[in-house]
Amino acid sequence: MFPAKESRFLPMPFHSLLLFIVWLLLNNTLAFGHILLALFFAWAIPKLVSMLKHGHPTIKKPWLALRYALLVMKDILVANIEVALIVLGPLNKIHPSFIAIPLDIKSDLGVTLFASTISLTPGTVSTEISEDRKWLYVHALHMDDPEQMIKEAKERYEVPLKEILGC
Amino acid sequence: MEFWLESLVAIVLVIGGVFLLIGSIGLVRLPDIYTRLHGPTKATTLGIAGLLLASSVVSSFAEGSISIHEWLITLFLLITAPVSANMIAKTALHHGLPAIERTKGQELMEQANRQAPPTGMTTSLESDAKDKQP
Amino acid sequence: MLKWAIIIVAALICVALFMNLWRLIQGPSIQDRILALDTMYINSIALIILYGINVGTGLYFEAALLIAMLGFVSTSALCKYLLRGDLIE
Repeated sequence: MFPAKESRFLPMPFHSLLLFIVWLLLNNTLAFGHILLALFFAWAIPKLVSMLKHGHPTIKKPWLALRYALLVMKDILVANIEVALIVLGPLNKIHPSFIAIPLDIKSDLGVTLFASTISLTPGTVSTEISEDRKWLYVHALHMDDPEQMIKEAKERYEVPLKEILGC
Repeated sequence: MEFWLESLVAIVLVIGGVFLLIGSIGLVRLPDIYTRLHGPTKATTLGIAGLLLASSVVSSFAEGSISIHEWLITLFLLITAPVSANMIAKTALHHGLPAIERTKGQELMEQANRQAPPTGMTTSLESDAKDKQP
Repeated sequence: MLKWAIIIVAALICVALFMNLWRLIQGPSIQDRILALDTMYINSIALIILYGINVGTGLYFEAALLIAMLGFVSTSALCKYLLRGDLIE
């Protein structure tokens, strides 16, 4: 299903799938004509743009990716309630903090996904990444124990991401 | 529309609205730019998601067919919200905006702006641990 | 019941928009103003969707999607300008 060597017919299978779904969502229909058009776009556009790019990121384990997405959704919900309580509560009790998280993940897509996940979940926003891509600088709204937080973020998000992207 | 579904939609709408308001309250109340980033990026995403869920259910009933294209906006905001938060944080660091005094790890701000690895990271963690022990 | 919920949520969003306006005017730094503008975009998307529910058409979906896209592009353009002093390098 996901060949190691990229096929010439479908150079970017996941981009094709995404294009197909987005086209149908934009038109909000399942009419036969639109499905045909979506299939055509999903085949033609990746074929046209694939030569512009070096090294396509591949998803090795799609089911794990789905589970990861559900985990992040749940964490967004929890994060929102936490942040709401902090915002509405007394502000002189919060201890904001800058921390640096060491990165094990190497690929562009992996780092982007990790930083975005950090931004969306409990009380942290990723601010900057070091030039050698080994450290991610994060601002936390309320921080009691930085080491515990770093460990948790790495275990919860980085390990599954590494497994999903296979790097 | 049936009564229970209508009340469910109404509840989801109100929850979404409350989260949007909380995001804006955070924007007004929090003390410095770095903490202010937290309110809008998180709370507004969930608020919009709630409103769009309600809109999707209502228009599905109005048209008699399932309408899920509202989820496209949610998906788009979910992807772009962290990116714009990151860009604003980058700009704030670049201009050297001060964080409030009790922010820990302020020595990291300057290194982050230079995109250098944190030099005193391990030592600062150790000293923090030492401070906590007694 | 849905009508009442819509009125309540519209009031909440209007209050939120006024808060953003206050931050936009008051904001000590230019980054605060960009953040306030970004939040205003999102709140106005919410208001448009709410109006769409109220009048019962799906027509306003496109407007909301366009505001979402233009809001993101303008936020990143403003940030890029502040970072580099130039948009196209």
